[in-house]
Amino acid sequence: MSTNSELDFTVDKAAKTVTIKREFDADLSLVWDAFTKAELLDQWLPPKPMTAKTKYQDFKVGGKRFYAMITPEGKELWSIQEYTSITPKTNFKMYNAFADKDENPELPGSEWDHTFTENGGTTKVNIVIYNESLERLERILEGFTIGMKMSLSNLENLLATLSKQ
Amino acid sequence: MRRDILQAIADPTRRAIIALIALQAMTPNAIAENFNTTRQAVSKHLRILTECELVKQQTQGREIYYSLEIEKMKEIDKWLEQYRKIWEGRFTQLDELLSNIKKQKK
Repeated sequence: MSTNSELDFTVDKAAKTVTIKREFDADLSLVWDAFTKAELLDQWLPPKPMTAKTKYQDFKVGGKRFYAMITPEGKELWSIQEYTSITPKTNFKMYNAFADKDENPELPGSEWDHTFTENGGTTKVNIVIYNESLERLERILEGFTIGMKMSLSNLENLLATLSKQ
Repeated sequence: MRRDILQAIADPTRRAIIALIALQAMTPNAIAENFNTTRQAVSKHLRILTECELVKQQTQGREIYYSLEIEKMKEIDKWLEQYRKIWEGRFTQLDELLSNIKKQKK
């Protein structure tokens, strides 16, 4: 079976949202675990060559996950997530913010809404990320640029997207 | 205070102005002719775009011409493209992880 499912990535600049859709070749409970259990998240969420470690996680409404992305040089970029809504194996929402090593969040953060649907052994995941500002996105990327190939798409494409909105 | 670029391009009139001056530098009057709005309103939009460094002004004779800061626009695109690449990479890692877990279960 193919695991190279197409990533659907759309940016709505006016609504300040990024929507990410992807299908995974695994059943719902496994995919749900991969998105909600820290020991699994730490394995796939950090873009290589970064790694991640979770200091603690309490997956319940009002509970938090405090974790760091670690650069190859050993720099720790801490974030804190608070779970705001959980419907098991269907949907969960959280508020994500950068933090210092003492768990003090840097506001504003971003709102994340994850929806899961199973279809004959594969699972679709829909993520909507609401960012208060693009400056924040810029910061996210600063941390991730290591080892990543920069890609410039042309201005015409951007203008075409803008004029469609 | 530096304005937020996202805020600047959230407005439909400002997006239309960007599309217009991407093609050629224009005076505020010429820009205003394309919109069913006052010259003052267009000036305000231009001021916001200028504060975000998305447009630049050039004086020619008595007229001020506005044109697009193409590098700044590319910057936005660059960030978004990088962000997309991060997610592609992550999900490839997740595919591998899911596949490994399934193998272990068998």
